[in-house]
Amino acid sequence: MINELFFMNGYGAYVLSAFGFTLLSFVSLYFVTKTQFVREQKKFIAKFGSLETEKAELAKSQRINKEILADATNS
Amino acid sequence: MFKFFEPNKIFKITSKAPRYVLLLFVLVLSIGLTEALILSPEDYKQSDAVRIMYVHVPAAWISLGIFSSITFLSISGFIFKNKNFFLIAKSLAPSGFVFNIIALVTGSIWGKPTWGTWWAWDARITSMLILALFYAMYLISWRLYENEEKIFKISTIITILGIINIPIIKYSVDWWNTLHQPASINILSKSSIHSSMLFPLLIMTAAFALFSLLIFLMKYNTELIKVKNKGLDRL
Repeated sequence: MINELFFMNGYGAYVLSAFGFTLLSFVSLYFVTKTQFVREQKKFIAKFGSLETEKAELAKSQRINKEILADATNS
Repeated sequence: MFKFFEPNKIFKITSKAPRYVLLLFVLVLSIGLTEALILSPEDYKQSDAVRIMYVHVPAAWISLGIFSSITFLSISGFIFKNKNFFLIAKSLAPSGFVFNIIALVTGSIWGKPTWGTWWAWDARITSMLILALFYAMYLISWRLYENEEKIFKISTIITILGIINIPIIKYSVDWWNTLHQPASINILSKSSIHSSMLFPLLIMTAAFALFSLLIFLMKYNTELIKVKNKGLDRL
């Protein structure tokens, strides 16, 4: 059964390399995108942390800023 | 009219959605892989080589669909002066480009056992390669320019020029004599593919669509945070 699955009537190398390339592309794209996201999130937190109290309050009044901070804390 | 698309309102959804989409993607992909590699029958002519279809065809479909969406969003963004449309278009591009590359590479791997060659300068394959070049130009244009207005203009021009290629890709197998086989699935007329092969193909297409949704959401959230980072600089 396992041999059959890998051999595929002599086409195993072609089929599995096509599926392997696809899955490898998926994993690479996922991690590149995730890294970019985390980098921007960290940059946002650092910038927010360096704001003066008054400006931080002003920034916090925007719903999306609060959401970004909450999301960063949860993840 | 476009208030629903305001980043402030949709970030709450887009920031939470990726984890659920990822779960659903893994589930659908597992079913799709089992169907494609184990349960689906081999072809009477191509034998097991036909299984490459389950990654090649969905990747090609989705890369074409994404490029069409990018063009529509870019033109809409330009007409309605809505910056968010450009951000959505930009966030769709990376997965569209990767699916295009997957379609080219898996097509090349499929070509060796069926046509006896890895590559041929035939109409379908060449027009798909041209689409990859348009994707690359679109992505590079966002990196090259700083001025937003200029990026919006240039990226829209690239998509308008690129969209001309989409019907060429679709009808290349009818217009010219190509190595590539004609379409087996037709929406308007009867498909020539058997249901035992159509089912896994549709499952894999759903899995690929979920993956592009996942990447889109992650990329879009990144773009929104980038915008907000610039906003903090201005405070």
